[in-house]
Amino acid sequence: MLSITNLNKSFGKLEVLQGININIVKQGIFAILGPNGSGKTTLIKTILGLVIPDFGSITINDKEIINRWAYRSEISYLPQIANFPSNLTVIEIINLIKNIRPNTKLDKDLIDLFNIKESMNKKLVDLSGGTKQKVNIVLTFMSDSPIIILDEPTAGLDPISLIKLKDLLIREKEKGKTIIVTSHIMSFIEEISHDIFFLLDGKIFFNGTIEDLKVRTNESTLERAIANLLK
Amino acid sequence: MKSLLTTIICLFSINIIYSSVIIVCNKCDISDISIAIDKAKNHDTIIIKKGTYYEFDIEINKPIKIIGENSIIDVEFNGGGFNIKSDSVYLSNLKINNIKRSYTKDIAGIVAYKSDHFVIENIEFNNPFFAIFLQKSRNGIIRNNIIKGVNNDVLNSGNGIHLWDSKNIEIENNKIINMRDGIYLEFVSAASINNNISEKNLRYGLHFMFSNENKYSNNIFINNAAGVAVMFSKNIIIHSNRFENNWGSSSYGLLLKEIYDAKIQNNYFYQNTIGIAVEGSNRINYNHNIFKQNGWATKISGGCYENIFTDNDYLNNTFDLSYKGRENDNVFSGNYWSNYVGYDLNHDGIGDVAFMPIKLFSYIVNSVPEAITLHRSLFVELINFSEKVAPIFTPKYIMDKEPKIKPINYVINY
Amino acid sequence: MYKILRYSFYDLIRSKWCYIYFGFYFILSSSLLFLNNSLAKSIITLMNVIVVLTPLIGSIFGAMYYYSSKEFVELLLAQPIKRNTVFLGQYIGLSLSLSVSLLLGLSIPFIVYGMLISPEITNFISVIIIGVLLTFIFTAISYYIALSNDDNIKGIGIAILFWLFMAVIYDGIFLICLLTLKEYPLENFSLFSILINPIDLSRILIILKLDISALLGYTGAVFQGFFGRKMGILIIGSVLMLWTIIPIIMINIKSKRKDF
Repeated sequence: MLSITNLNKSFGKLEVLQGININIVKQGIFAILGPNGSGKTTLIKTILGLVIPDFGSITINDKEIINRWAYRSEISYLPQIANFPSNLTVIEIINLIKNIRPNTKLDKDLIDLFNIKESMNKKLVDLSGGTKQKVNIVLTFMSDSPIIILDEPTAGLDPISLIKLKDLLIREKEKGKTIIVTSHIMSFIEEISHDIFFLLDGKIFFNGTIEDLKVRTNESTLERAIANLLK
Repeated sequence: MKSLLTTIICLFSINIIYSSVIIVCNKCDISDISIAIDKAKNHDTIIIKKGTYYEFDIEINKPIKIIGENSIIDVEFNGGGFNIKSDSVYLSNLKINNIKRSYTKDIAGIVAYKSDHFVIENIEFNNPFFAIFLQKSRNGIIRNNIIKGVNNDVLNSGNGIHLWDSKNIEIENNKIINMRDGIYLEFVSAASINNNISEKNLRYGLHFMFSNENKYSNNIFINNAAGVAVMFSKNIIIHSNRFENNWGSSSYGLLLKEIYDAKIQNNYFYQNTIGIAVEGSNRINYNHNIFKQNGWATKISGGCYENIFTDNDYLNNTFDLSYKGRENDNVFSGNYWSNYVGYDLNHDGIGDVAFMPIKLFSYIVNSVPEAITLHRSLFVELINFSEKVAPIFTPKYIMDKEPKIKPINYVINY
Repeated sequence: MYKILRYSFYDLIRSKWCYIYFGFYFILSSSLLFLNNSLAKSIITLMNVIVVLTPLIGSIFGAMYYYSSKEFVELLLAQPIKRNTVFLGQYIGLSLSLSVSLLLGLSIPFIVYGMLISPEITNFISVIIIGVLLTFIFTAISYYIALSNDDNIKGIGIAILFWLFMAVIYDGIFLICLLTLKEYPLENFSLFSILINPIDLSRILIILKLDISALLGYTGAVFQGFFGRKMGILIIGSVLMLWTIIPIIMINIKSKRKDF
């Protein structure tokens, strides 16, 4: 499904990604973890084509994607910072993305799910951070793509919405989707994810299931296991 | 009383009895104009019927009237047209074509030498060398003539109406196109030049020197290579003329050189490189003139004294005034300057702060003409502004202390 | 591209900056007409202002807009569209909204004043065309500058410096060159110097309209040949177009290689 071979990227002298290899063949929720500056966001952005790697290859469904763009209709992306053009209304942003992605049908359900119907005609500048993140989530999930990439999806969400998000993720996984997620909230990862890639200094330090990691580090929670890895 | 009346009637009948009419046409007994003149007695009338006559250097040596019916006299470059050597000659309704070129003699369509009381009217000159050439003639009228040159170099062309040492001549309603000088006067006095149109001439639309006491009014000078030049003359009036589109590095609407005691009034200067250029001219009144969109509206070089500029309109000229010399004895007062940005708090129609018409940038352009391309740039505006605040290069004493707030004169659109 | 263009345009046309920009031109042209009481004179002043101001506003807005919409651009870049579509769409949307503010702000007072039935209308149209062209040129340049500098203070600073150079310093250097080299033939030099600065070039278009007598009269044959013919206006037009196209191409190249 998604295959990354020997991916390298440096910004100036800083080598952010050093020979990353990832191979995802089945559906599921995969977590990319690592401390700040380990290259998580850069890795996600290379998959999305936002960052152009120095060398290495990325294929989706056996098709090379670097310097292409059409493949992105297979991927939905939830960016870390939800900063939208301030003078547009929520409905206009949704319509813009719908315009770009013609097969988007789920927006109504998601708007109901996250209860943002009354915000639809508000300008984005007038929304609270939490509501913005809900809009962000709606924009990501409404287009029903086979691959979903989420960068810190829990930021700013209230507990109820967080539960809704988790349920949504699990439903999407059961639909057969491949979901890649980064987060600092380990309990969230532990709850939804099975497989993790742990990045350290631009390399994949650990790749396996959460159970494997716990066993290897002899810790009871993911959080402690990660802390153990970093020692 | 009765006897006087009889005398008048008698004289009149004598005239009728003794002056006869001779008809010239291609198929008449007399088909030749020269022969007709030979046969004519004094004060006879020769009528030239419609047709083309191939003659040249026709001498008129007696007082007669020659009237055509737009008859064509084609000189075919063999010489000149008519040569008037007598007083009281009347010439009209003719077309005189194709005059010979000469580098040694001034050959013309009509030459008059020492002639008095002549009238030349309704004559069309096509491709002349000179068209009308007067020497030492008096009391004549030149009117309603059309002069069309086909010249494109100065060497092979002569002047439209050329007067030398003549007096009391009226030049009216003539149209002169594409000659060397449209109207040329040298040592001519008491002439009046009105309602003429002089355009596309290779040198000056009007050019006169040493010609005093003359009046020029309601003439139009357009598109002449060097505009109008007047030199070394006194007591002249230049009134209600239009000077337009005279472009070139030494081209003027009007050039005044050594002119004394003149009145220059109600003229319209539009889009000339230089509206009026003045050198060494004194005691001239410039008023009610309009200077519109000229490169330099007025350019005053050294040695000009006691000139007065009042009630003129300076409208959107690139530069309003350029002045050479450290002293100023000339008055600029009560003009309208479109570049003026002052205010009028007491609403008397006069701006409350003086206007300084000379810009620093015009000095720069004078020394480096290419700098004109920087005109209206922010940098140049900054220079001009700082110079205005603290003048170093521009003379402080040239200013209009009573600038008008609104244009004074009416712009007539023809 | 049209989708991106439309959203950028709608976003900007509702922003307060656009209203301020519109309001500025509206007040400027109204007060010019009120103070001068003459269409012709107001248009001349307006020309002087437009040539300097539209590049400045384009420079500031181009960079500012890029920085303020950076995160949203990232979201857009993750969508199935080409990169240059996003940037061109944004750039054109921005230039268009600035041009609309300019057009409306200037036109409304002038139309009310009776410009439509005046012979000055052609001059007014040239002012608008020049203003719009300069907006497109300088917005493109500053957008490119912003794209090349991730630090927004640095980017906006460079964009404003670039404007200052083109609007003032360049002419100062040019004038000093002319004055020091005045013994030599300068026509080709000055023609060339003008052609490579879009602000000067637009200014020349204005001089051609207003100061033709001085421009054609006082200078030599090369100028006369160049400015005297339709050819001159054609060349100026094409160079201004080049000035728009080249930064756009640079934006394209830059955006292909850039990491977000």
